[in-house]
Amino acid sequence: MRLTVDGQAFDINADPEMPLLWALRDLMGKTGPKFGCGIAACGACTVHVDGQPVRSCSLPVGEVTGAVITIEGIGTEGRLHPVQQAWLEEQVAQCGYCQAGQIMSAVALLDEVADPTDADIDNAMGGNLCRCGTYPKIRAAIRRAVVLKTAGI
Amino acid sequence: MASVGKIARRTFLIGAAAIAGGVAVGYYYYRKPYPNPLEGDLVADEATFNPYVKIGADNTITIVAPRAEMGQGISTTLAAMVAEELDVGLDQVKVEHGPASYAYYNSAILEEGGPFAFFDESMTAEVVRAGMGVVGKFLALQGTGGSASTRDAFLKMRQAGAAARQMLIAAAAQKLDIAAADLETANGSILHKASGKSVTYGAVAATAATMAPPADVRLKDKADWKLLGKPQKRIDMPAKVTGAPIFGIDVTLPDMLYGTIKMSPRFWAKPVKADLSKAGKMPGVIKIVPIETNYGHGFGIIAENTWAAFKAAEAIDAEWADPEYPLDSAAISEVLKQALSTKGSVMRDDGDVDTAFADAPREKIVEADYTVPYLAHATMEPMNATARLKDGVLDIWCGNQAPTLVRQLCASVVGIEQDKVNVHTTFMGGGFGRRVEVDYALCAALMAKETAGRPIKVIWTREEDMRHDAYRPAAIGKFQARLGGDGMPVAVDMTIASPSLIASTLRRLFPSISPLGPDKSIVDGAHNQPYTIPNYRVTGVAAPVSIPVGSWRSVGSSINGFFHEGFLDEIAVAGKTDPVELRKKLMAAYPAAVKVVEKVAELAKWGEALPAGKAKGMAFTLSFGSWVGEIVQVADTPAGIRIEKVWIAADVGTALDPGIIEAQLISAAIYGLSAAMAQEISFADGMVEQSNFHDYDAMRISQCPAFEVAILENFHKMGGVGEVGTPPAAPALANAIFALTGKRIRTLPMSREVTFA
Repeated sequence: MRLTVDGQAFDINADPEMPLLWALRDLMGKTGPKFGCGIAACGACTVHVDGQPVRSCSLPVGEVTGAVITIEGIGTEGRLHPVQQAWLEEQVAQCGYCQAGQIMSAVALLDEVADPTDADIDNAMGGNLCRCGTYPKIRAAIRRAVVLKTAGI
Repeated sequence: MASVGKIARRTFLIGAAAIAGGVAVGYYYYRKPYPNPLEGDLVADEATFNPYVKIGADNTITIVAPRAEMGQGISTTLAAMVAEELDVGLDQVKVEHGPASYAYYNSAILEEGGPFAFFDESMTAEVVRAGMGVVGKFLALQGTGGSASTRDAFLKMRQAGAAARQMLIAAAAQKLDIAAADLETANGSILHKASGKSVTYGAVAATAATMAPPADVRLKDKADWKLLGKPQKRIDMPAKVTGAPIFGIDVTLPDMLYGTIKMSPRFWAKPVKADLSKAGKMPGVIKIVPIETNYGHGFGIIAENTWAAFKAAEAIDAEWADPEYPLDSAAISEVLKQALSTKGSVMRDDGDVDTAFADAPREKIVEADYTVPYLAHATMEPMNATARLKDGVLDIWCGNQAPTLVRQLCASVVGIEQDKVNVHTTFMGGGFGRRVEVDYALCAALMAKETAGRPIKVIWTREEDMRHDAYRPAAIGKFQARLGGDGMPVAVDMTIASPSLIASTLRRLFPSISPLGPDKSIVDGAHNQPYTIPNYRVTGVAAPVSIPVGSWRSVGSSINGFFHEGFLDEIAVAGKTDPVELRKKLMAAYPAAVKVVEKVAELAKWGEALPAGKAKGMAFTLSFGSWVGEIVQVADTPAGIRIEKVWIAADVGTALDPGIIEAQLISAAIYGLSAAMAQEISFADGMVEQSNFHDYDAMRISQCPAFEVAILENFHKMGGVGEVGTPPAAPALANAIFALTGKRIRTLPMSREVTFA
């Protein structure tokens, strides 16, 4: 089957039941999305399919029809997405394992709501678990990203 | 503390096994340094000065920060220690974890392993501390834990930077023919201001590294620090916001196979019957192999991708033997209860507790029973390791908190010498004590024996991870106090029963060593608190339950912080004393503690009236050398109790990076609150009942309170940072809920009794 991931086409030979996460990680070398639970309960595997945040650990790759964007596709160290830039400036990450998923959820939130309320943030980010407890900084970084995006950075 | 003399005559765990071996070896050998492990590992035109510093001719400066980065920011702070003295910025250096080596032993990790309180500076306590440090070197434990990394490194890593700088200056002096005293350093170069001449570190590194290290290493005064004491940008942050492949689970090697494990859901039990035929025939499955280690028994599935391995693991049809421990949580609780009435080890015994209680009038007695459950670490990154056994050499890639242990035990399980094992330590997606264990590495090493030299990445499912942990032990405590006429306690008697995590750890790691003496972790956080009560007895009892238990963020203090501080709140209420005032009076002999309590009370405006439906609770715990007070404010809402705000004051002695310290204190408090609110590992039919985040969840962003943190530096010894915020979190919350509702919570998790919004 053929998938478009981060703007690049991949032809893979996978069991259609295989979750998108494992197709990305094991068959396409995209290790940015992380495995945390396998049941869509922690959000570490969050990627965008057609611009919508999805839990790739629970989405069979055979059902993916749209373009997939992972953390590796939104920015690079030399050219960060405003949300990544905000994460850097707020020094959000501790262990960092959940942050790819957190950032992908935050990007999707800000694409939909330019200036989210606290309740919007709670709703959009509630599915992303962080065992290091970086939530106060995640909240601050989303606020900062709003400003960076508005400024066109 | 009055009990020191009595206790010192006995043996105690770790101390018992370790001091006996350590002291005999003598001072000379202790002083002799381990060889520099970087010598054999240099690239072209690179020179090494000591185990912490490499400099290339192109002026690439590499600092080795040999402690596990699991989110606590240790790689940044350790690198800053060397960079500070080397006089370079953190943006000018590369930071590596480095190889597994005895040169990176952690002596501080055991320093507080004796039965003494942190503030006890008696001769006996200091002698034992020094002895433990020596032991740390002999055990050569390259470990990350006990919130000990900065304390262990503070002198030796600054010295490493300073020595290298002095050697570089000496080499530059030769090269430029200028007296060393006339040279200065800045930005990786050595300058002679008067003549304007300069050379880079790289240009003289090769010569400098051959010079004798200075006999007199001069360290900067604290006032001259440019990096230490100030918040640094974490060196790992860019990689962590871009999804870079930095974790064990991201390791990718040519020709790599994938795998997972299915271990007995009953600890230590072997399979009685197993049908592997269906699983073995599934697409993508290459081989299923038996796994036997000191951690337990089961199967390893070798496959072409992780998903195929997971599916095959599910399809294995096995029956497992009966467990050797009680079948369910009720039966386990019963064993703990029974243990309470058996003879334990008295770890604090001030005054005469029996006499103090003998004639106590009933109305002056406060009594309470407390319990806490087993807990899983539930790191975000499920356990995993990648291994390759080729041409008699084992390479193993994994996040781990003890590389020398990984090396030793993997060598043993594969049947090769330790010098044929290379441990590549990656960043960890959380540790919290889980990666002190080595089970994930042993499984991968064993499976690598079956792949004809191909590397294999072995990833556990979340379910396997949740059900095969070394859990925070369950515990039960019996507490009694006698109040005086002024409402203050004149006597307290505390007995805590819990499975011994040291005995459990030895069974997994060194089954040939029998534990000797009491396990002080059972009473940690209860016997060593800075309170003066005339009659004060704390007894620990090891309960015979063999479910694997280990170190969970703040270890014994995670249990006893809740017990001790919940009970102190009960004493305050019974004696009609304000909980903050009660603590200040009891800790009057320890000014650092008083200042912490005063600070957190001031931050939280303790004592000011709150609107109806809101209340505050406070708790204090001294652990890992840091004095921490926390106040939690809760509110009654239609959806349940909401944790609105948490104030933390912590005296860490010397604050090396206030930004990282604040983040750690908040992180540790959230970790403790998450557990207190809803976490529990329970048992049925000898198996863990929980399996994933749906039934073992943690605090979510919507539940996260606001935080305000104050970092103090009053005490004269440096404390740890990564764990110390956890112990006071649960009791502060319980005490706040009591203040709000009148309901005293003595059993965790609290979700059994209240609903959280």
